[in-house]
Amino acid sequence: MDHIITTGADALYMDERDHVVTALREIMAGETITYRNGAGSQNVTVSNDIPFGHKVAVAAVEIGADVRKYGEVIGRAVTPIAVGQHVHVHNIEGIRGRGDLGAKEKN
Amino acid sequence: MARTFMGYERANGDIGIRNHLLIIPTVICSNQVCSRIMQLVPGAVAIPHQHGCSQIGSDKARTFDMLAGTGKNPNVGAVLIISLGCEVVDPIALAEEIRSTGKPVEVFDIQSVGGSVKAISHGAELAKRLMADLAKQEKVPVPLNKLKVAVKCGGSDATSGLASNPALGAAADSLIAAGGSIVIGETTEIIGAEHLLAERCVTAEISDKLYYIVDRFEKEVERMGADMRGGNPSPGNIAGGLSTIEEKSLGCISKCGKAPIQGVIEYAERIPDHGLYFMDSPGNDIECVSGMAAGGAHIVCFTTGRGTPTGAAVVPVIKITGNKMMFQRMEDNMDIDVSDMLDGSASLEQAGERIWQEIVDVAEGKWTKAEVLGHTEFSINRIGPSL
Repeated sequence: MDHIITTGADALYMDERDHVVTALREIMAGETITYRNGAGSQNVTVSNDIPFGHKVAVAAVEIGADVRKYGEVIGRAVTPIAVGQHVHVHNIEGIRGRGDLGAKEKN
Repeated sequence: MARTFMGYERANGDIGIRNHLLIIPTVICSNQVCSRIMQLVPGAVAIPHQHGCSQIGSDKARTFDMLAGTGKNPNVGAVLIISLGCEVVDPIALAEEIRSTGKPVEVFDIQSVGGSVKAISHGAELAKRLMADLAKQEKVPVPLNKLKVAVKCGGSDATSGLASNPALGAAADSLIAAGGSIVIGETTEIIGAEHLLAERCVTAEISDKLYYIVDRFEKEVERMGADMRGGNPSPGNIAGGLSTIEEKSLGCISKCGKAPIQGVIEYAERIPDHGLYFMDSPGNDIECVSGMAAGGAHIVCFTTGRGTPTGAAVVPVIKITGNKMMFQRMEDNMDIDVSDMLDGSASLEQAGERIWQEIVDVAEGKWTKAEVLGHTEFSINRIGPSL
């Protein structure tokens, strides 16, 4: 998970397998922001307001599919996620530590 | 010739970076007497807690191990144990266990001396005598390779995984290169990232033990029939941009650096010399930090994005953040700001070096913000019912 942070980016991309970038400042809906991946500087137009430290999709994710950050699975999509959308608890869920799912399956 | 710094030499060969007089209540019923004595003897530190009575089996043993481990912590120079007289934690066995380190230990019970006022008076006399002897002990050059540092994160936000945890990891690698020990814990907060730590374990047995303790913990959560979210990640974690325990865990594990994992130890178990170890422990800040101190950590390096004031009774806690806005808001509580990593103006190596230098300075006596503010938090992770 080595990463090099360059000056001037609005958001941070951690790994080539990632679906999301992390906002390094408050971002307003409609802004086009820059981040850097292996191929160089990239742009994405953001469709929601994004608080500092929150995630923006840079790749589309189908419902039920794994979502990756740090190159690793951080959860799965509970709605389809389009490029530019805020990615958080409203559209992804954790897979681990889900005692609630175990209880439902038993009923 | 190993690098040295000025510290306290203990009879059993341990090195201390502080010289505390510790006042231990064996049971909640002794808390008030211990706190009064602490007020009468400046420099003494008491560890009031809720345990010591109506406990059985491994839960009772854990309370004993926590009290014994905190007394044996090398930052403690002398110990005063105060019992009520009828609790399940055996005060004489506790005193003997701590005396095995060679440090002076006094013990008495409140029922025998005749109530609280007499106990406070008797305890204060003992504490003053112990403190007078501690004050005479001088620092000597001690080897840096005996230093044990715990790494912990609490009140995390997205900056923890991007800046403060990787920077702390670089500092952890520096200590291990110098021959010291690092301990990482928080079993809760490796869920979803345990495969990355397991592949760094030096034997298959250690890797199996890591998976075992994560599985044991996750089954407890499942037994509760609850979703961990809301408890961990906490509401503050979620407001800070962390969506799932997996995301939080993946950001957490970088704080221990890149060394191979030499062993997995139980809560409050003694941290071995040299290398990186994992301690089974909850993510709960005070319970985890207290367990690491009971394991013999000299210092806790604590990263936070949301901001937390917590300290610990016998170990300095160094607060590190990657969140510039929080650092400016809560500078009273924060020791190190590595937020310049996020705008590219500081490298990972530079931020890590800043933390490593602070570790050495604190080992040599520099007070952390939590010490200046008088923080002495202590808490024991409970695993059984009250009878």
